Amino acid sequence: MKICVLIKQVPDKDSSLTIADDHLTLVENNITWVSNESDNYALEEALQLREKHGGEVIACTLGKDSARQVLKDALAKGADRGIFISDSSFESLDVLSLGKVFASTLEKENFDLIMSGLQSDDQGNSQLGLIIAELLNMSHGTLGMGTEIIDDSTIRLKKELEGGWFQWTKLSLPASISIQSGINSPRYATLKGIMMVKKKTVDEINASDVASRASASNITVKKLYVPDKTKETQFIEGSPDEISEQLVKLFKNDIKVLN
Amino acid sequence: MKILVYIQQDEGKINSVSLEALKGAQDIAAQTNGTVSALSFNADVCSQLAGYDVAEVLVVEDDNLNTFNPLFYLKALEDIAKAESPDIIVFGHTYEARDWAPRLSARLDIPFISDCIGFKNEDELTFIRSIYQGKFNSDSVVNNGAFIVSFQSGAFRVDGLQSGSADIRQVTVDLSGAGDSIAPEEKFQEAEQAIDLNQADVIVSVGRGIGKEENIELARELSKTLGGEIASSRPVVDAGWLESSRQVGSSGQTVSPKLYLALGISGAIQHIVGMKGSKNIVVINKDKNAPLFEIADYGVVGDIFEIVPKLTEKLQNA
Repeated sequence: MKICVLIKQVPDKDSSLTIADDHLTLVENNITWVSNESDNYALEEALQLREKHGGEVIACTLGKDSARQVLKDALAKGADRGIFISDSSFESLDVLSLGKVFASTLEKENFDLIMSGLQSDDQGNSQLGLIIAELLNMSHGTLGMGTEIIDDSTIRLKKELEGGWFQWTKLSLPASISIQSGINSPRYATLKGIMMVKKKTVDEINASDVASRASASNITVKKLYVPDKTKETQFIEGSPDEISEQLVKLFKNDIKVLN
Repeated sequence: MKILVYIQQDEGKINSVSLEALKGAQDIAAQTNGTVSALSFNADVCSQLAGYDVAEVLVVEDDNLNTFNPLFYLKALEDIAKAESPDIIVFGHTYEARDWAPRLSARLDIPFISDCIGFKNEDELTFIRSIYQGKFNSDSVVNNGAFIVSFQSGAFRVDGLQSGSADIRQVTVDLSGAGDSIAPEEKFQEAEQAIDLNQADVIVSVGRGIGKEENIELARELSKTLGGEIASSRPVVDAGWLESSRQVGSSGQTVSPKLYLALGISGAIQHIVGMKGSKNIVVINKDKNAPLFEIADYGVVGDIFEIVPKLTEKLQNA
């Protein structure tokens, strides 16, 4: 089983983010960068499939120089090698255009399985895996909460539906599947794993050398901004003691949930 | 502007997020001098659709479309898009839409702006997305040509739908080349599904800010004192600290209690869609920029570990 895991570098959820003066990008010097959360679950699922069925796990990212770190982290956790698609201006491209760059880069690898997190914690497009599936003529499944290899040509994916429902779906390989957070318990890198990173290879591809890389995006982002408040929030201030006192009054007199 | 809205249905009932998207399409049409067509793969919902203000209702009847299979749905909509040439194809952003709309974008080679929370038509038609876990919004425009857009649950209100009377037109598609590489099985629910959070007047809900499993007890004690139920956002369930049936949000339950007390929940949109209908939302979070404050009726910027034990104690003595 030859598995590719797509990993995106995103700001840590607890980073305090500031929009830059251009109203299009973020001020970067106070951002802590991490691997996208659901991508970590996808990587873990891929490593477990390899442990059970053999094969190879290749981590792939597209981004600016700092994004190499997500590949190092994946290699330290046990991925066999990495593919780094370098693109310093990728953020201006729409996801279909990015999907074409991924598809042409990954096509020659003939992966049995391409795995990704269900959506990124920054843009949250939730599209890439399916775009690649279409461009490379693979089957697909989304929101995976379980996997089961049936044979060399079939995988079963337990898809999460809305409202607590699930559905197993049989997919012919090759398949591109997205993984939901919570499917497994992602491992941490071991010291041995970190030592091994140096011995593993990362292939570098410059996106500008990829013929399908569009020169212009089909979608233009005009600006980023902090959302307007839709509700008037009454803030309660004071010491923890005073705050608690006021909350009790609020629950009793205004919201009326105390008997 | 020719707008085609795909109407998702589940066992003969129209999906509410699709209906909201239909309202969004009506609004776009009103502002751009456009027309709206509603498309369904189930004839049973067409009379309801024909009662809305749409140019026409398109229906495809084919046994292969009775239940969702992305390959058949893709081929059907591909054929219809080619025949009807809509400028915009609109979806409600449901889990089902996530499982085929992006692929449709690649197949038709047109861009897809997904999970929008609204639109505006100032100089040009602009779509608003919520990004960075709800911290920011972005305004996007499509540079040229046809495109796909999906709207998030709650982006528009169904009660604002304009009524009318439209004709229903049968359209045919050729599904013979749809492919057979995806074979969905029966849907099921996990056995542990037991707690109905909708019965509770008070929900005390914890997020990532609770820090570790032991701390859940603080919230549990408070919820007991208030006679309520404990619930959580997704990360707490993913960490295994609470059972998944207590999760509120798009992949969990949708609730609207009298009091929703959120402890250390930052407010990702996937959580907000499950609780924004609550009568009173009280948010305690040490980060004053937490997006959940945007929808809070009452807010406390402070440390839950200092406030919650005191609050529980005072409630017990009240």
